[in-house]
Amino acid sequence: MPKTLAAVMGVGQTHHRAKREDVSIAGLMREAIDRALEDAQLTFDDIDAVVVGKAPDLFEGVMMPELYLAESLGAVGKPLLRVHTAGSVGGSTAIVAASLVEAGLHERVLTVAFEKQSESNAMWALSIPVPFIMPVHAGAGGYFAPHVRSYIRRSGAPTHIGAMVAAKDRQNALKNPYAHLRNDKTTVDTVLASQMLWDPIRFDETCPSSDGACALVIGSEAAVEASAITNPAWIHGTVMRSEPTTAAERDQVNPQAGREAAAKLWKQTGITNPYDEIDCAEIYVPFSWFEPMWLENLGFVPEGEGWQATERGATALDGDLPVNMSGGVLSSNPIGASGMLRFAEAALQVMGEAGEHQVAGAKKALGHAYGGGSQFFSMWVVGSEKPS
Amino acid sequence: MTSVQESRTLHAPMKVEFDYTRSLGPVLSQFMTGLRRRQVTGGVLSDGTVVVPPPEYDPTTHRAISEIVAVGDEGVVRTWSWVAEPVMDQPLDKPFAFALIQLDGADAPLLHAVDVDSPADMETGMRVRVRWAEETVGAITDIACFEPLPSSTDAGSELPNEPGSDAEAVTGIVSPVRLAYDYAASPEESKFFRGLAEGRILGQRCPSCHKVYVPPRGACPVDGVPTTDEVELPDKGTVTTYCIVNVPFLGQKITPPYVSAYVLLDGADIAFLHLILDTEADEVRMGMRVEAVWKPRDEWGTTIENISHFRPTGEPDADYETYKQHL
Repeated sequence: MPKTLAAVMGVGQTHHRAKREDVSIAGLMREAIDRALEDAQLTFDDIDAVVVGKAPDLFEGVMMPELYLAESLGAVGKPLLRVHTAGSVGGSTAIVAASLVEAGLHERVLTVAFEKQSESNAMWALSIPVPFIMPVHAGAGGYFAPHVRSYIRRSGAPTHIGAMVAAKDRQNALKNPYAHLRNDKTTVDTVLASQMLWDPIRFDETCPSSDGACALVIGSEAAVEASAITNPAWIHGTVMRSEPTTAAERDQVNPQAGREAAAKLWKQTGITNPYDEIDCAEIYVPFSWFEPMWLENLGFVPEGEGWQATERGATALDGDLPVNMSGGVLSSNPIGASGMLRFAEAALQVMGEAGEHQVAGAKKALGHAYGGGSQFFSMWVVGSEKPS
Repeated sequence: MTSVQESRTLHAPMKVEFDYTRSLGPVLSQFMTGLRRRQVTGGVLSDGTVVVPPPEYDPTTHRAISEIVAVGDEGVVRTWSWVAEPVMDQPLDKPFAFALIQLDGADAPLLHAVDVDSPADMETGMRVRVRWAEETVGAITDIACFEPLPSSTDAGSELPNEPGSDAEAVTGIVSPVRLAYDYAASPEESKFFRGLAEGRILGQRCPSCHKVYVPPRGACPVDGVPTTDEVELPDKGTVTTYCIVNVPFLGQKITPPYVSAYVLLDGADIAFLHLILDTEADEVRMGMRVEAVWKPRDEWGTTIENISHFRPTGEPDADYETYKQHL
């Protein structure tokens, strides 16, 4: 159990776009930070520590960018930490920030995650040929597509399920002013008609490449009480888990680390039936098929039944368990920030500040991220009430 | 690719290079635009001090820097160090000094190169001035380097009054990054690659869980113990799962479309990625039986690429039960 209760006091994010050529990396981060501080009704002077996250340095070609960013992030004279767990880093970064508060070390911690994908080419950066090895790698899509095929085979899911997820998330994105992709013409049929990139993954079933940042201010119970914030998102539980990328007979469709992390999270938060008790979930879905895969991995539904939840509309904004209300990773993907955006959306939902994509009366929400070859997982549950 | 026979590890050169495109934001845009017109500028901090190049945000108030002023293109060396052996992409290709130079009108020094012939020509407190590049484009390299000023000019440079203006601002720079590695395969992988040079496929078995790893890993990722028992494997196996790569991308070695498949060799407990050819991409199936097609022997090296690709054997597909635990 944490020593101290912690809560999200402020949330900020950028307008995610393919290219944010109007700002530097620091400027991009400050957009999110300044919004989070304003939302928390705090200033840099109130912040005790700063925790930064981003994905591999090769994406911007700046080694350890947190060193040169210290001044811009208001971190001078304060502890500044950088976290890296590949695509899950935004989630892990928020968890590290939360743990500094929960451990009683700091009262108010600023955490920020970013990616400025337009400065390079992630597909190139993830496919660097290694000597002696067969150069068949083709970015993240090439890595995950065979495992999506495995899921389809194992579950017997009909092939339009991925397109249903993509169409839903793109429609949700239209309600989110910060989302990158905004195409009101996207339907299941248009997704199915889009180009097959990494068969079985189609163009419209993949995430975009985005510039963006996300920031959170996480405070202790005392910091919340001393503030003007009346609707914080209380952190009920946090879990991180990892596993080897490759191992004999490793299950890449339903990875052990994800299953065990979720089981621990539900135990930690006293949730016995997540499907009924969680009001909405923001799950890291960079390729559409990962929605049903992670619904199963997280224990929302039994193994093999995730696609049925998607097909019956359970994950729609007005469904039993809305998933990716913000439009998800499929609509905005500043990689390093993508995990934190999931955690932030969960917070916004229980704060009642999600605007047009608000799930009415959301009291408990899940934020989830994964990274690498499905080998890093981070997740949290936030609630409108203090944990009991 | 070269190998030293005595070495346990195979080595090969590996190069990673990319021209990163950086957007500058409003503050650094003014600095780079100034350099293009051969003018150095600094930012005025909340305490009135002038810093070159201008920081984007004030370290005290945390507000964006809004006041940019011109500083001199002459200044004083505050400290320095000697670079006896310049490396690629440094400002000069002959020995030079790196120095912290406080330009006239600035309160903090700028790091740059000073072109002198020997360390004896360098001195803390000496005055230097900018040597501009022949053509200025709006990049830090517009300052080619600094050069010593004759001692008679110690009086100080004449300061420009205000930054100039330009019709079109510099909003981005290209930042080339080049990394050259000596890539070393692990001793276990090296044995595997050397085996391939003899047309053999060598795996290793975990003494604890008895799973056969190919390529061998040195340590079992599940049990954490060395995988010491060598196992020679056939060049025949089963496609567990795969994808068809239709997307072209920067640095791609194989022309799409191609089938990137996990091939589970008979007797192995882990599949590895390889290419499936000699059949239409849409004919490839999960469970398809495949065999290695080796390149001509005189083209072999210590690489998995000795196997050009895998092709269907024509045998009946493997039963799902035999490979489902690999999906």
